[in-house]
Amino acid sequence: MSRPPVIIGAGPAGMRAAQTLAAYGLRPVLLDEAPRAGGQIYRQPPSGFTRRRTQLYGFEAGRARALHETFASLRGQLDYRPQTLVWNAQPGLLDLMETGTLAASSLSWDDLIVATGATDRVLPFPGWTTPGVFTLGGAQVALKFQGCAIGERVALAGSGPLLYLVAYQYAKAGARVMAVLDSGSMGDRLAALPAMLNQPAVLAKGMYYLAWLRLHGVAVHTRARVLRAEGGARVEALVWRREDMNDAQASPGPEQRIECDAVGFGHALRPETQLADLLGCRFGFDPVQRAQLPLRDPAGRSSVAGVYLAGDGAGIMGADAAELAGERAALALLQDRGMAVDRARIHTLEARLRRIGAFRQGLERAFPFPRRWAETAPDALLVCRCENISAGELRGAVRDCGAGELNRLKALTRVGMGRCQGRMCGVAAGEILAAAAQVPLSQVGRLRGQAPVKPIPIGMHCRQMPHAAPAAAPGEDA
Amino acid sequence: MKRLDSEILVIGGGIVGSAAALALARAGRRVAVLERDLCGARSSGINYGGVRRQGRAAVQLPLAQRAHHIWSGLRELIGIDGEYVRSGHFKLARSAADMQALEAYAELSRPYGLDIELISGERLRRQCPWLGGAVMGGSLCPEDGQANPRLVSPAFARAATAAGAAVLEGCEVLQAGHDGSAFVLEARHGGQALQARAAVLINCAGAWAGKLAAAFGEDVPMTSGHPSMAVTEPIPHFLPWSLGVEGGSIYCRQVARGNVVLGGGRGYVLDADRARASHDSILGLLPQAVELLPALRHVQIIRTWSGVEGYLPDRQPVLGPSATQAGLFHGFGFCGAGFQIGPAAGEALAELVLRARSPVPLDAFSISRFNAVAADASSHPLVPERKIS
Repeated sequence: MSRPPVIIGAGPAGMRAAQTLAAYGLRPVLLDEAPRAGGQIYRQPPSGFTRRRTQLYGFEAGRARALHETFASLRGQLDYRPQTLVWNAQPGLLDLMETGTLAASSLSWDDLIVATGATDRVLPFPGWTTPGVFTLGGAQVALKFQGCAIGERVALAGSGPLLYLVAYQYAKAGARVMAVLDSGSMGDRLAALPAMLNQPAVLAKGMYYLAWLRLHGVAVHTRARVLRAEGGARVEALVWRREDMNDAQASPGPEQRIECDAVGFGHALRPETQLADLLGCRFGFDPVQRAQLPLRDPAGRSSVAGVYLAGDGAGIMGADAAELAGERAALALLQDRGMAVDRARIHTLEARLRRIGAFRQGLERAFPFPRRWAETAPDALLVCRCENISAGELRGAVRDCGAGELNRLKALTRVGMGRCQGRMCGVAAGEILAAAAQVPLSQVGRLRGQAPVKPIPIGMHCRQMPHAAPAAAPGEDA
Repeated sequence: MKRLDSEILVIGGGIVGSAAALALARAGRRVAVLERDLCGARSSGINYGGVRRQGRAAVQLPLAQRAHHIWSGLRELIGIDGEYVRSGHFKLARSAADMQALEAYAELSRPYGLDIELISGERLRRQCPWLGGAVMGGSLCPEDGQANPRLVSPAFARAATAAGAAVLEGCEVLQAGHDGSAFVLEARHGGQALQARAAVLINCAGAWAGKLAAAFGEDVPMTSGHPSMAVTEPIPHFLPWSLGVEGGSIYCRQVARGNVVLGGGRGYVLDADRARASHDSILGLLPQAVELLPALRHVQIIRTWSGVEGYLPDRQPVLGPSATQAGLFHGFGFCGAGFQIGPAAGEALAELVLRARSPVPLDAFSISRFNAVAADASSHPLVPERKIS
């Protein structure tokens, strides 16, 4: 093996992987879609912006500083390529496009660390496409990257640690947080405490955010089900009621209305697994994350030789775990290249990853998935915004055409066929399908990965053009 | 072990097998379709969606004309319109030699009634302001068109079910033979072993049909092909026709939703059952697309795909009775061009079963053209032996 290893993604996993490989004398290629390293969580504002790290990252400012400073010190030891979208992967080859210049190129690889990160897990509600409604991650990006808020009077809804973190960050930044609507209950939090106590510092941060919000008069409602966003050209209100999304027996409360000019919502995160899929990695259903995830060993080796997986892109574990997993995957790559690595470090990394794994299990209990979401979603609810497909249309395809698998549902209805290729609507479509077909979620499969991972312009500039397609190619016309 | 006794068994629930089952069920016959995956999910569902007679070899045109008639009554037949439109199919010439070839084809196809019009010069520029590159002219088949294969092909299977056929999805045939009185198939369905018996067997197993033919001593030189397809984001309508190019390379059409579907080049094989659009094919296709349709330069590709199609060396399908086994019929190897003629091929198979002949000439599609060697017709494994629980 002579080619330098390739890392996709310069978030905490990819950055630590790059640092580790560099420490062992290799000069990895680090590809990242963003203009500056950091991933979603440690995203940096454009150069010239002056907000301090403590404003940007809160409690994580120390970690962000450490990571960014480490990364800066690696300059010269890496072949770092920001603003580079990896839009296709096949055995031994990646297709790239520089997002600024639209220059296309390809890159051969022998071994590859995939650290592609995550996006919001979107469970839509009526009115979710009204202007002014954002995902929680989107709301956070606006704040971190551009230093602007999504609105002045913001309602935040959904579940997961990000809900409270964004609420805290928005309130600290000077926005009025009109309410935090959490679909889970305090009972869930208490039940999850034992598992979460093995990461006391993280737990303490979560409790601090909650206490701070209450102290500053922010209304926090649990067991809150969002019924709809109201408004036309701009969201005007969020309507909700008390309802247990995991217990059909409990009777719901009366409708309540929160005036607002912006909404952030999301139910935790979903991994970006398309590249692992294109690379041929084997997947399995993870009942805790309710998702089909690429399989990996504790070191991060996928089912494909030479392909390693790290960070939230392989399964949601959070930023701290991503740093550890990035380093561990890099060490695995070095081991597989026959290099001697620090065994004690490997034991430490794997032990810490196991502890965080147990904590994440607790976190999933603390912020449980709203299991009744699919059965209670109204028929008129828009699930796929690219193709304008409603929950009722999905149910119709199950009822009338016997669709029982996600790709068949896509073929029949166009769900997941639009610009996002199911990255936004795939989770919701899978939940609706499983509920309508009355089969376990594990049986509906996953949307097949197909290049490009994100849309690419037909007129992108290809430096080396392959030979034109042969005449009388297969599929010639029918 | 489950048992299934039927009069007729169809292997493969693609458009050909489903159309055959539909015709047989409507004729009141007991028919079952055994589909390994989901009906219409392989080449019947992933193809470009051209519903085109133009460009087909003359031996296919009677079948294509019959299919043309079937397509006109699609909704009555399968319950949906499947986005079928007679948009016209325009085949482009990029050289004088291309144009001569198109003229020759227009002449050759005249007796079959395709009504091809040749367009060039001033009229071409007036009628096709969206056309770029060095196009000299083209030939328009106004009643050819396009449809959505992922809707149409599964709908044929649903129509067969509604007409009384038993359609078993997720049913993989592991072994096939004839015990002297009936065909006996060993299969697996929903994790259970299944034995299916019938007097008549129809092989519509697409790219995998060669194995079934071989089980009855008929060797056909099948190969797999993998078309490379791409689709853009939806854009305002500008492209009236489905486009092809003389000599192959790129083909494209714009669907009602506004997306432009493009094809050309070859995908690569993932495993025996799956394929993907390849780096080479995608990067080969994009500049051709911009050259042909300059308006696409700033439009984005949102998805690519491929699939597995069965090819035969002379580019004609096998369609007709077995040369070695009475009661066995074949309909496969449509060489990436089976979508339009699929419904007619299915009906022809049904006629062979019901009346021992079809009004459409099928001689060119006989399996015996490959000098099939009669071998023992005992049971042969189709896939590596596996224990069935």
